[in-house]
Amino acid sequence: MAERGFSVRSLPGFGTTAIVTFLALYAPIVTLVVYSFNAGPTISSWEGVSLRWYADAWQNRAVQDAAIRSLVLATLASAIATSVATLAALGTTRTGRFRGRTLIYTLINQPLMVPEIVTAVALLIFFAMIKVATGYQGLGYLVLAHAAFCVPFAYLPIRARLEGMDLTLETAAADLYASPYATFRHVTLPLLAPGIGAGAMLAFVISLDDVVITEFVKSAGQETLPTYMLGQMRRAISPEVNAISTALLVLTILLLTAFFLLNRKRG
Amino acid sequence: MKILAGLLASTLLATGAQAAGELNIFNWGNYTNPELIKKFEAAHGVKVTVTDYDSNTTALTKIEAGGHGFDIVVPSANYMPIFVEKGLLLEARPDQMENFKNVDPRWVEVSWDSGRRYSVPWQWGTTGIAVNTTAYAGDPNTSAIFMDPPPELEGKVNVIPEMSDVMALAIMYMGGKPCTEDRELLRKVRDQLVAAKPKWQSMDYGMTEKLSSSDTMASVNWNGSTMRARLNNPNVVYGYPKEGYPVWMDSAAILADAKNVENAKLFLNFIMDPENAAMISDFAKYSNGILGSEAFMPDEMKNAPEIVVPAAAAGQGVFLPTCPSSANDLYTAIWTDLQK
Amino acid sequence: MRAAPPEVAAERARIRANWLLSTPALVLLAIAASGPLLIVVLYSVLEAGEYSGVVWRLSGEGWFQVFLERDIFDDTVGLADAHLSIFWRSVRLSLLTTLITLVLGFPTAWFIATRSPSQRPLWLFLITIPFWTNLLIRTFAIMEVIRNEGILNLSLMGLGLIDRPIQILYTDTAVLIGMAYVYLPLMVLPLYAAMERFDFRLVEAGYDLYATRLRVLRRVILPLVRPGIVAGSILVFVPSLGAYVTPRVLGGGKNLMIGNLIDLQFGQGRNWPLGAALSMTLLVIVAIALVFYVRAVTRGEDRG
Repeated sequence: MAERGFSVRSLPGFGTTAIVTFLALYAPIVTLVVYSFNAGPTISSWEGVSLRWYADAWQNRAVQDAAIRSLVLATLASAIATSVATLAALGTTRTGRFRGRTLIYTLINQPLMVPEIVTAVALLIFFAMIKVATGYQGLGYLVLAHAAFCVPFAYLPIRARLEGMDLTLETAAADLYASPYATFRHVTLPLLAPGIGAGAMLAFVISLDDVVITEFVKSAGQETLPTYMLGQMRRAISPEVNAISTALLVLTILLLTAFFLLNRKRG
Repeated sequence: MKILAGLLASTLLATGAQAAGELNIFNWGNYTNPELIKKFEAAHGVKVTVTDYDSNTTALTKIEAGGHGFDIVVPSANYMPIFVEKGLLLEARPDQMENFKNVDPRWVEVSWDSGRRYSVPWQWGTTGIAVNTTAYAGDPNTSAIFMDPPPELEGKVNVIPEMSDVMALAIMYMGGKPCTEDRELLRKVRDQLVAAKPKWQSMDYGMTEKLSSSDTMASVNWNGSTMRARLNNPNVVYGYPKEGYPVWMDSAAILADAKNVENAKLFLNFIMDPENAAMISDFAKYSNGILGSEAFMPDEMKNAPEIVVPAAAAGQGVFLPTCPSSANDLYTAIWTDLQK
Repeated sequence: MRAAPPEVAAERARIRANWLLSTPALVLLAIAASGPLLIVVLYSVLEAGEYSGVVWRLSGEGWFQVFLERDIFDDTVGLADAHLSIFWRSVRLSLLTTLITLVLGFPTAWFIATRSPSQRPLWLFLITIPFWTNLLIRTFAIMEVIRNEGILNLSLMGLGLIDRPIQILYTDTAVLIGMAYVYLPLMVLPLYAAMERFDFRLVEAGYDLYATRLRVLRRVILPLVRPGIVAGSILVFVPSLGAYVTPRVLGGGKNLMIGNLIDLQFGQGRNWPLGAALSMTLLVIVAIALVFYVRAVTRGEDRG
């Protein structure tokens, strides 16, 4: 074999482009985070480190409301979506093909394929009819909408985990005369737990981040953190948004780290 | 599992049943003083939410669609009759409220709410042209800034998407009167607007911030918003178009399907108090219609060029009337053409 | 009648169980995702209400106005130029976004895939964080960079390269930059997934046969990672087409994309049927793109 002057794995310019891309990806976000600690009100003037924007955001009643609502919504939506997705995953994985399985896949993954604006418009129209008919204007509509579009995000990790699971343990349990329900509770579920946890976390993050559907479906006074920020972005360019963004970012990173760690445990 | 179900149920029901002390206000963006809201909340033990809209049409669309959950809305004078005719407003009789005596008599007998049976004055002002003088040193007192932008401002002018204001300015620029149905004139208006649009930078709101931060160099804009921009960015001036400019008033009214009528009435009465009216003016920098508020108004507003109309421009202001629906249909069609 | 043999009965019971397990998910999605889409189809053929909603009368106006328009003054019917230019802008910007993310994403994915296995999780983590960061935050971050008083302009002015800020915000370019920034991770991840399984011995063999790196790239690497390229392209193209937040924040209300045009009909445009028809049109365009994807992937599999 001839001596090559380069590693087989390197391609010209690729390394540089990659590093530049990484930097380009992070620079705006890092800037955002850094300026959330700026004592001054604009990017053009750095006036020293300060936590005033965090204090402002913390004391801002609208932000508090929106933050609590976002968290409650994400928790409820994630819980519903994960439960429903777990059942669906059990029903569609590790079984042979059956008629209608493709239909189930399509319906479950529909939120991934249909543009959010279309779903948002559909829900606006649909819920408007119900709102007028029943007069109910609570959080229910948002919970329902969020739970629905979180389902595919919960479903995929659970399914992946289920497919990778070793059947021998369950077969062993069956051999020991355990009932299907007992097998499920004491063998399958614990083994599936990391997948369910991952799915729940993904669903939580997805719900927390949603803008478009929430923007269209919300009723009076039902701001979530993203819709509040969208409103602020269209008018006030105050670093308060930087502070809120940084806080959300930290939360996302924490959740993601947990997700990564959970997924590395090949149980 | 049970805990979750309980949490779910309580959340849904708690937000469904309106608590006794709530008020949901639907108002123009950047138009409600947060201090005013805090004062009202403290005085009456009511939890207030404020939701923004950016145009009369958006407000009307949202309200008419139903299921909105708001109690108070603040339409402009020319839209008030539309709201009333569609039965969207409650006849709240502010004229029988305690603080009604403070309302300036010239704003009581108005064609769009005679005797003030539905609404209470919020703010009034003019629509003109805001220009950042570092980008353009010429005369800002003309609608040509947006109808036929000078070369220095090409690609730098914003036009706020408020149909009635922009259409009025455009029609008067082309020599007509507001509410005209002269098709030949309107065709020219449409053609001129469509030709000018590529030279605009944007059709957006939030000009107070964008002019302050120099993201936008010129815009059709309201006087108060321009004044706030000028206080942040001294290069901004306000021009009164010599071809004619709209004068408008926004009034607060209670919605017919409001869930918190008592609290809404308390609020209407609250804003007729001179000190509170001055708070509203202080925030948004527009004039209010309440007598006695002058004592509480900030000094900078007393002589501001945006508030005190210069003598040269006084004659060209036209209070926007409500146009007949045939005229409105034509304007809407032109506007839709333009918005795309 | 003879009872079904036990295997068939067990099979049927199993299928029934599967359906039962899937039912909650299906019901939830039918109510809050798929079902309402049918209402949209219905609304697209009704008459527009004066300010909102619809009047329950059939009308072809909604669909008519998607592609054609009637001049207000002389009643002539012509192509709806404004709509068509919005469609064209959406497709054009989405294609450009896909191209940019591919050009930047390919080397990035390659880079991650060629790191040592101990280093790789770190790089993956680094590319995943922007992916999961809120879309609004990323759009806002880019806005802060390209504004008149943003980082880019301030740096250029500070370096003396320009003396007045370049107006980037509120142009098509701003929307393009924003979308490329926001969707870049979506291109990198599938590319990486395809490259991860890459057998570098093939590349070695390629070098033995073809000698130059460029030809190896073209003849060996690209065909093998093609499924990744196709997947990434679709993952970027489809959301770009339906983008709403990014063009709204960066476009200034003037450079509308299809998503914004739809939004307009439910607000100032006061034309719900048109909004519904436009939504369906978007859905059709997306479906066509997905069909191309499926074709491209299966064709690749046949060849491979």
